[in-house]
Amino acid sequence: MIGWKWDFTAEILPRLGLATLNTLMAAGGGYAVALVLGLIFALAQRTPFRPLTVVTREVVEFIRSTPLLLQIFFIYYVGPQFGIRLSPWTAGLMAIGLHYAAYLSEVYRGGIEGVPKGQWEAARAINLSTVQTYRRIVIPQALPPALAGIGNYLVGIFKDTPMLSVIGVAELMHAANSIGAEHYRYLEPYTMVGLIFLAISLPTAWLVRRFETAVRRKLGLIK
Amino acid sequence: MSYLDFLAAHSDRLISGTLITLAQFVLAALVAVAAALISGLMKLAPLKPVRGVATVYIEIFRGTSLLVQLYWIFFALPLFGISLDKFTAGFVTVGLCYGAYGGELVRGAVVSVPKGQWEAALALNMSPLRRMWRIILPQALVGMLPPWGNLMVEILKGTALVALISVTDLMFETRQINNNTFLSAQAFGSALIIYYVFARFMVTPLMRWLERVMARKIGRA
Repeated sequence: MIGWKWDFTAEILPRLGLATLNTLMAAGGGYAVALVLGLIFALAQRTPFRPLTVVTREVVEFIRSTPLLLQIFFIYYVGPQFGIRLSPWTAGLMAIGLHYAAYLSEVYRGGIEGVPKGQWEAARAINLSTVQTYRRIVIPQALPPALAGIGNYLVGIFKDTPMLSVIGVAELMHAANSIGAEHYRYLEPYTMVGLIFLAISLPTAWLVRRFETAVRRKLGLIK
Repeated sequence: MSYLDFLAAHSDRLISGTLITLAQFVLAALVAVAAALISGLMKLAPLKPVRGVATVYIEIFRGTSLLVQLYWIFFALPLFGISLDKFTAGFVTVGLCYGAYGGELVRGAVVSVPKGQWEAALALNMSPLRRMWRIILPQALVGMLPPWGNLMVEILKGTALVALISVTDLMFETRQINNNTFLSAQAFGSALIIYYVFARFMVTPLMRWLERVMARKIGRA
């Protein structure tokens, strides 16, 4: 290959490996924020209090239609203007968590709305409380069809973490940029970053699919 | 300094940035549609190598980040003798990235056209090309337009990343304004609103309109 240096590749690999851990941490942290916040967004849209429903709906729409990169900048830079200093990690996880919470809330909502109306009525007929209805009747049925979406966004978050490099989170892309700047060589670092991403996201996507099938089979939705 | 003063002082930058974003979006969308159509149909080809090429393309572009692809195509590809200027590299990469997602949509939609349609076209002695173009694709198109609407918004959002290879789009201009004035809330807030208006009141309604027109064209309105 043109100008590809194997010894240089070997030299930078440990550093990229270390940065991969940071990438995984960022993805995991962001995902945790998104899972919780997404549920809050989804449930807020199901309350009988109409203003809350409408406002949440619009907020979710807004977050979903604007670029994550811009949201990262917004959260990171606007805080200090009002005296709130956020570290790159905090701002990054907040931005990525918020962004994907909007997506996940749609997945949750789709799952919950997919539960047939008769199930709610039956739960009411046997005098279950709202919490019981959700916990025992609705969530177990809403979750399996939503699992694929929930899992896919894990891969999605993982693939969006390189954007955090722009505010200085020391993840994979950030490491590749600094290596490139130090050695004036970009081919190997960027190619290795691409390969590392493939090596993680393809098996993860495959596992998500397997997991989804397993859950569906267990619940008797497919044979 | 009020927000109106801010707008008056920086509107030229915001407008020129928005126009570049618009151009990037339209070009990237065209690339994405072409790449999706080609890769989606290639995935249905009877020849295994043809399917393989499409699978490799789709998996590579869906398995890595848009940002990684952008840097790779802009900084590493020239070493292989293919040099793209930043503007072209920007929309081509964004288009190829989302084209890979679109390829799966095309494949899924074509497969879900009822079998009877394929058989009827065969019975009328249509050539495979004619059958695909006249019978299958129009019906597949109606089926896949709703998810394409979402994908178009994703493409618009994706174009924000081209700022990182110094294409002077809205994202780039906003960062410049922020660096010069430190009015982060005004600068980034304005850009958020512009992207939102763009996605919510232009891209989405346009796609909805297209859905209606296409549904009517094949008599499903």
